[in-house]
This record gives sequence, structure tokens and C-alpha cells, in this order.
Amino acid sequence: MKGIYLAIVLAPLIGAILAGLFGHRIGRRGAHSVTILGVAVSTVLSFYVLFAILSGAVAPFNETLYTWGVAGGLRMEVGFLIDTLSSTMMATVTFVSLMVHIYTIGYMHEDPGYQRFFAYISLFTFSMLMLVMSNNFLQLFFGWEAVGVVSYLLIGFWFKRPSAIFANMKAFLVNRVGDFGFLLGIAAVVYFSGSLDYMEVFARSDEIAGQQVEIVQGTHWNAMTLICILLFIGAMGKSAQVPLHVWLPDSMEGPTPISALIHAATMVTAGIFMVSRMSPLFELSEVALSVVLVIGATTAFFMGLLGIVQNDIKRVVAYSTLSQLGYMTVALGVSAYAGAMFHLVTHAFFKALLFLAAGSVIIAMHHEQDMRKMGGLRKYMPVTYWTALLGALALIGFPGFAGFFSKDAIIEAAHASTIPGAHYAYWSVQLGVFITALYTFRMIFMTFHGKERMDEHTRSHLKESPAVVTIPLILLAIPSVFIGWFEIGPFLFGGFFGDAIFVAPNHDVLTLLGESYHGPLGFVQHGFATASVYLAFAGVAVAWYLYVKRPDLPDVVRQRFAPLHRILINKFYFDDVNEKVLAPATRGMGWVFWRVGDTTLIDGALVNGSARAVGWFSGVLRHLQSGYLFHYAFAMVIGLALLIGWVLLAR
Amino acid sequence: MFSDFPLLSALIWLPIFGGAVLLWLGEERGDAARVTALVVSLITFVISLPLFTGFERGTAAMQFVELRPWIETFSVNYHLGVDGISMPLILLTTFITVLVVIAGWDAIKTRVSQYFAAFLIMEGLMNGVFAALDAMLFYVFWEAMLIPMFIIIGVWGGPRRVYATVKFFLYTFFGSVFMLVSLIYLYMQTGSYEILDFHGQSLGMQPQIWIFLAFLFAFAVKVPMWPVHTWLPDAHVEAPTGGSVILAAIMLKMGGYGFLRFSLPITPDASRELDWLIIAASLVAVVYIGLVALVQQDMKKLIAYSSIAHMGFVTLGFFIAFAVYARTGALDGAALGLQGGMVQMVSHGLISGALFLCVGVLYDRMHSRRIDDYGGVANTMPKFAAFMVLFALANAGLPGTSGFVGEFLVILGSFQANPWFAFLAATTLVLGAAYTLWLVKRVLYGEVANEGVAALEDLNRREFLLLGVLAVFVLLLGVWPAPLLEVMGPTLDHLLQQISISKLVP
Repeated sequence: MKGIYLAIVLAPLIGAILAGLFGHRIGRRGAHSVTILGVAVSTVLSFYVLFAILSGAVAPFNETLYTWGVAGGLRMEVGFLIDTLSSTMMATVTFVSLMVHIYTIGYMHEDPGYQRFFAYISLFTFSMLMLVMSNNFLQLFFGWEAVGVVSYLLIGFWFKRPSAIFANMKAFLVNRVGDFGFLLGIAAVVYFSGSLDYMEVFARSDEIAGQQVEIVQGTHWNAMTLICILLFIGAMGKSAQVPLHVWLPDSMEGPTPISALIHAATMVTAGIFMVSRMSPLFELSEVALSVVLVIGATTAFFMGLLGIVQNDIKRVVAYSTLSQLGYMTVALGVSAYAGAMFHLVTHAFFKALLFLAAGSVIIAMHHEQDMRKMGGLRKYMPVTYWTALLGALALIGFPGFAGFFSKDAIIEAAHASTIPGAHYAYWSVQLGVFITALYTFRMIFMTFHGKERMDEHTRSHLKESPAVVTIPLILLAIPSVFIGWFEIGPFLFGGFFGDAIFVAPNHDVLTLLGESYHGPLGFVQHGFATASVYLAFAGVAVAWYLYVKRPDLPDVVRQRFAPLHRILINKFYFDDVNEKVLAPATRGMGWVFWRVGDTTLIDGALVNGSARAVGWFSGVLRHLQSGYLFHYAFAMVIGLALLIGWVLLAR
Repeated sequence: MFSDFPLLSALIWLPIFGGAVLLWLGEERGDAARVTALVVSLITFVISLPLFTGFERGTAAMQFVELRPWIETFSVNYHLGVDGISMPLILLTTFITVLVVIAGWDAIKTRVSQYFAAFLIMEGLMNGVFAALDAMLFYVFWEAMLIPMFIIIGVWGGPRRVYATVKFFLYTFFGSVFMLVSLIYLYMQTGSYEILDFHGQSLGMQPQIWIFLAFLFAFAVKVPMWPVHTWLPDAHVEAPTGGSVILAAIMLKMGGYGFLRFSLPITPDASRELDWLIIAASLVAVVYIGLVALVQQDMKKLIAYSSIAHMGFVTLGFFIAFAVYARTGALDGAALGLQGGMVQMVSHGLISGALFLCVGVLYDRMHSRRIDDYGGVANTMPKFAAFMVLFALANAGLPGTSGFVGEFLVILGSFQANPWFAFLAATTLVLGAAYTLWLVKRVLYGEVANEGVAALEDLNRREFLLLGVLAVFVLLLGVWPAPLLEVMGPTLDHLLQQISISKLVP
């Protein structure tokens, strides 16, 4: 099996190297063939592994590949941990990646950077696989940063656009703020456990949780709380939780396929995956779980609100991603890790679908992304319309669709939890359902229904996208609709993850829910007895009324609630604080240190203060340029050499 | 077969002899000078390889030792040898020198022979610094090494080269003088100039403090540590590309090497007493200098400041040992710091060298180092852009590149000393990324900024080779640092044993 695991990781890497370094030689066809082949191999093998592990045919795998280095008694290794948790991620990542690879043939076919693009997305697949398959913190951090870098390269793929190269730097830096916490978390893990290996650290988790650490004089922290909060800061960066969410909407400057692959389905879920993987640690710190819960709930509700006022089709989907990541984080906070993973998987499918559908619309609209210039597209693009509609229904949690199962489970779990902050979280995710339905169907109605608002030229060229675009849409639509039925039972209540996820008995909300679980159909029926389904319907109804029935109303509403609208359109002023306060303050500090510290104080007082000496020496050194001293100096060196040589030979 | 061959002597004198030949060749035969320089540097590099392959792992003893009396009256010996600390640095020197010779191939048009002669002679002297086991021999090499560097900056440098050279000279000269006094004092105590004898010498606290401070000044200037760093940006800006590369890649390592070879083992008690001084200065370097780097307008200055910040990790890693020992009662975390500091030195040699070469590539074409004069270079120089992005990310400490290894180990180690040390050190994750990627954004990305950029030609074969070789090593060391760590391990463990024992006179 080790060979198979290696092949899963290396196939995309080889594809990336071939397409990246020899792109010109192998041409466009060669580049997409070799990368798609690599990812296809990975996908097939990943599904094989998933089923083999699930059926019990293959035991979970935990082995070192090679020793990266040893220092101070700390073994730093590269290795794989393959269990149900990682194989689920592997299957999801490779499948979505394969769809995106195929879709890219259509989306990027006119782009001069075609080969480069394929190299990047294959490299991304490699990095993401390294992240999820790791059995230790070192490799996790490698994957963590590597996906960040590929994301940086891809957001800035069109590097001539000022907005793109601003967004990619912003994305990388904000992620680095998260990684800053993450790395400190790893350092804390090493300090308290003496190891980087997951299993060794987990085995010592009780011992760690028993320790106190004094961070500021007089304040005692539980070591586990410190570790978990630091690690979670990393997750906040990668999975775009408030206040480190600011990079994700801007990341939409990248080509749409990567918005689907990286900024919806895979990379942004790395934080969710990581916390699930670390469940044996998080379970031992209720404080950390509360932090996770409150941050997640805030993201779920408030970021959803922002989706309502966006007019760029991709940004609507981006804010919806933020909000959904908040849902997953809430699930983590209430110890429903399996619920988070479940939503992660269903979300990967329907969100990738929505992004790719948005991309299909963007192709048809000649790279126009403003929904105010769309409308009525459904008759021009039936496949895109229907698949997008299915994706939207899955997103809002329409009963029976994938998102319904996973989202309802999270809401119920938050309801059942007793962790501090659970009340706040419950109301946030519950009201979030209405918001989600509202912005999602606002997007559907503005894009596909109503008056055709595009110019005549665009209208005359409107047509359905080619098969390489629509086939991935269809393939993604299938799981978006059905996957919930098959997965809810095993994922949430069937012990699917087995030992991979640990839940303390007093936090175990899913088992509590499981007591009243009677199959998926029963779950759907029960759904009709809760508020969330009606909130979703209400959201769709309001969206329909405002954007189909009375399209004149939104302007009136906007004017009536102008102050609120201003707050939303300014995204709660996060960007303003960062760009107008933090960034200039940092540069200002740098400038002061440079001009005052270095130039005035150190150079002025210390160095040039001995100005007379300088004057004297420059007098001497003036001769340097004449050439005399130059030769003289060399003569000194040669003389020295001769002297030493003479002494040696004289012996 | 090398058992009797004086390998280290060859590494010192072959390049110096080669340099002398170049001077004798004179200025009329530029091409002959280039070829000779390349051949000599290549041979030197090749004969340095057995140092690595033949190096006995698992011991802290000196290897490839050569010992002959030199000035018997003062018992000064010609004593050479390497251990796990110096061997990697010698390899780095011989490797980088080859690259520097290739880099100067077309760029240098005046006084070609002298230019290459200076580099070859400097190579020999730098190897001497790392290989010397006799304090006087060390001192001679240490001082002599500066002369070619002054000349390189002073003759082939930019418009303000005299100011830069004088500043460089003043700083390093004052530093060295104090060191000489200390060495003589130690000679009077031990009756020998053997560095290893100094290691074993008991000393009272008072003399230890004085010796420590004297060494500190000499080495801090070289590293350079805040606040004695201001010579470096000026020196870099004025130096020709090759000079900058050697300065960043090798010369700065002299300071770090000095701390390990002299300060820590000779004055362990003073080091413990005053470690806060170094730690504070190192953390200031990471944060303060990181911020200063952010606002630079000149590419070379930016990279120079970035060097200072990165060297902060070296000194931090070296001096957290005592705090770690005090807090955890074990030397494991201290070993992380030492290993991390050493890896950081080697890695910084590769990355900063590569970045200065990148700036050199641009400067050769546009004759400007101002960031504002560029923009959209990736449009006209895609291959170059790929390399520069790689080295920039390595500079920002990306895992999978060598830049990550040292910082990672030092941060792990410093957390064990004090979480706040790790906190401040880890700010480099954000600051380092900020100044490097902002540089990349302004220089490489965007629309073609002006006609100069539009006319740029991509890397030629020679430049491609240079950057390609460096890229391979940066990645290799990032993916698999084990061989390097393994070579250094026993020596650093031995060093930790030495410093954990008090040398105070009973």
C-alpha cells in the first residue's frame, strides 16, 4: 500500500513538474494531458484507498517515509497517516481537482499562460495531499504553507492586473498571520510533548493538559488551551474566519477554476480538517472549543450578511463560502467534528459546482462578472442554469439535497451543545439559513431570471459553454444532490471516522442526536418540524419577491436602510482598518526606525560622530584609487603568504 | 588516499596562488584571466568535496588536521583542522566562489585580472579563517581577508564607494582590535595560541566578561547585529554584484562562526550572564530591521536589511541555550537553537547570494537598483521571474526551501527558552513575507513599467546556470536537511557539553 500512497502524492507532482518546466516543449495538449493523467491516477487510487479502508480490507497506515532531520533529540520526519479521515479528504480533493483540471481546458483555452496554470493546479493538488496525508506537524506545516504559496501564485496568475497582484499579496500575508500562530502552536506542542508525531503527541495529551504555563506574569494558562488556540489561529487564516477572512473575497481576482478548487472546495477547508485531526487535543480544552465556536458563529452569520449586497457573481459565492466555513467551524466548536467533515465534503461538491457554474456564466458574458448586467440567462445556458440551481438548492439546505443533511446536523448539534457560547452559535447558524437562502437565490434570480440587462453585443454571443465545462458541472451536480442520503448515516452516526476523531463523552452531541436518528428519510421528515427549513423557504421567497416580482424594490430598501447598507458595502470596515491604519502604521514604524534609528542615531551619533577619524581615513583611502595602495595591499597579502610558507618549509 | 594530502592547506593556498598568477598575467589578457580564475575556483571546489565525503560523522574531534610550528618563540602554530561547524562553511565558501567568478564573467570590464585575483585570494583567506585552529593564524586570516574586500568595494564599487569602504573599515577594524587584545590575554593565561587550549582554560568571571565583550564587538560587527549593522547596507549598495554575494554569503558567517568557536566555549559563564544582551539585540534585529526593510527603495538595501534580520536568527539560536537549560533542565532545546543557527547560516549564504545575483542580473541590464525603476519584469523575463519568486519565497522562509529549516528550528528552540522569544522571532513570518513579496510585486508583477523594462532580455545561459544551481541547493536543503544536520550534530552537542560546565576558577 505504501507504493499506492506514494503514487497518489507523486503523480500530481510529476505532472506539475513536466507542465511547469517543460511546458513549451510539450505544448498545450501535452501540458493538460500529463497533468490530468497525474490527477486522474491520484483520484482513482484515492477512491480505491477510501473503499479499501472503509471495507476494512486495508488497515489504517501510519509510517515514516524518510527522516527529514534530527536535531536536539527531536526526530523530524515525513510520513503518511492514512485512515478514514485522511482518505475522505484525499478522495474529495482529488475528485474536485480532476473536475477542475478538465474544466480548465475550456475556461483557460485562450490564455497564454495555459501550461503554467496546469502546472500550478497540479502542484496545488500535490501540496494539499501532503497536508491531509501527513502523520506529523512538520509535514502538516509544509502542506499548509505550500497550498498557501500556490494559492498566492494562482490569485496573481494574471500578474498584469493591479487588483490581482494586490489580492495575492494580501492573501499570502493574512495567511501568514495565521501561520504565525500556527507555527507557535507547533513550537508549543514540541515544548510540551517533545514530539512532532501526531500519535506520540496524542498519547501525551492528558499529560499536556495537566500542565500550566505562565504567559504573562501572574496569569496561568492551561497548556492545552494555549496550544489549541495557537493552532486555531492557523485555521482562522487558512479557513478564512473573522478577522482573518479578509483575503478570501479578494482572492476572487484569480481565474475561476481556482476559486472553485482552492478557495471553495479544498484549501480553505484545511483548517477544518486540521482541527478535526487534532480533536484529541481540542477535546481537552473547553476554553479553546468556546473560542472556536464563537469565531465560527460570527463568521457564519456576519459574512453571510455581506453576501446580500455584493453584485459580483463570484464575490457572492465567496461570501457564501466564508459563511459556510463558519458553519463548519461551529460544528468543530461543539465537538461535532464528523458534522464538520460531513459539511466539508458536501460543501466541496456544491460550492465547486456553483463556482464552476459562475465561471461558465462568466465565459458566456465575455468575462463580465457584474450581475447587474446579466439576467435571463437560463434560456441561453440551460445546462449551466439547471446545475447551478441544483447547487443553490444544496447550498441553502433544501430538504433532501446534500447541504440540507450536513447543515441541519450542524444546527441541531449547536442546539444540543452545552459549551459556553453554544446559544449564540445556535441563533447565528439558524438565522444564517435565511440569509444564505436570500443571497443565493438573489444571485440565481439576478443571473438567470428576469430582464436581460446585458448589452446587445454580448446578448448576440450568448451560448452554452462547451462540453469540457458542462460535463464537470453535471458530474459535480450529482453528488451535490444525492450524497447526503448515503453519507449522513455512516458519517454522523455510524462511527465512520472510528479512531481518527476523538470526542470526549461529555461533549458528544452527535451521539445524542443519533438517539433520535432513524435513517435519512426520517431526518428529512424531522427537518420539516424545525425552523430552518422554513427560514430557507422564506429566504427564497423574499429573494423572488425582491428580484423577480418587484425588481424596483431593492433600491427602495437600500435607501431606507442606508446606514446599514453602508456598513455592509464596506464589509464592516475590516479592509479599511487594515489598509488605512495597520499597513500605514507598519510602514511608518519602519520609516521611523530607518530614518531616526539607523540614520540619525546610529550613523549620526555613533559612526559619523567620529567624523574626524573618517576624514583622516578617507585621506588615506584616497590613495586607494590611485592604484598604489592597491598594489601595496596585495603585496602585503603575498608577503604574508611567503612568510608562512617560508616558516613551513624551513622546518 | 587523501590521508596525507594537506587538503586544508591546499584549499587556502591554491586560490591565493591562483590569485597571484592572475596578477602576474596583467590586464592585457582578460580572457585568460577569466578562464584561469574559473579553473582555479573549480579545482578548489572539487578538492573541498572530500571534506564532506571523507568527514567522519559521529565525532566532535577536529579532522583533516595539519600541525606545524610557525613562530616558535611565541608558540604560534600553523594548525589547521575542521569540525562539524567549520566544514560546511568551507564548502559554502568554495561553492559560492565558483558562482561569483562565473557571475563576474561579462559584468567586469575594467581591471579584470585584479578583480578575479581579489576574489581568489579572498577565498583562500576565508578558508583559512574557518580552518585555523591557532588563534594567531586565525587573526592573521581574519584581518587579511578584509583587504581584498575593501579593494573590491573601493575599486569596482558604486559612486559612494569610498564612504562605504571607510565605514566598513572603521567598524570591522575597531572590532578586531579588541579581539586581538583578548587573544593575547588568553595566550598569557594558557601559554599557547591553540584555540582548543583556550576552550579548556578556567577563567574568573571578571576576565570572562571582558573577553566576552571584546569578542562580542568583533563578531557583532561582522554578523552584523543591531545596532552595529549600519555599515552593511552601505557596503552592499556600493559593492559590485560579486562583492555583495561574498559579503552576504560568507563574510557575515564569520561573526556567527566566531561566536561558536570563541565566545561560547571560551567564556561560557559570561555568555550565560550576558545572553540577554545578544537575545535582545537578535530580536530587535528580527523586528526592527524587518520593519526597516519594508520601507527601502533600493533593492540591494532591502536585501541587505533582510540579511541582518535573518542573521538575527543565527545569534538568537546560538544564545538561547542558557535560558533553555535553565527552564527545561535539558540541552535538547538548546541543540535545536544551535543547529537552527548553523543551518540558517548555510541557507542564508545560498539565498542571499542568489538574491544579490538576481539584483545583479537586473542591474547589468538597467543600471539601476531603484525599485521604482522596475515593474512588470515578469512580462519580459519570465525565466528570471520564476527564479526570483523562488528565492523570494525561500527568503520568506517557505517550507520546502532551505530558508525554512533554520528559522523553524530556532523558533522551536526559542519557545523552550521563553514563549515570548518565539513570539517575536516568529513575526518574521509576516514581516519577511511582507518585505520580500512587496519587492516581488513591485519589480516583477504588473504591466511593463517603462521602455527599459520592455527591452529587457531574459536570462542568458550563464545566468540561468548560476541561479539554477543555487535553486537546486536551496530546494534540496529544504526537502532533506538531514545530511547537514548529521554532520553538525556531534560537534554542536560537544559544544553544548562545554558550555554547560562552568569555567569559573574555584
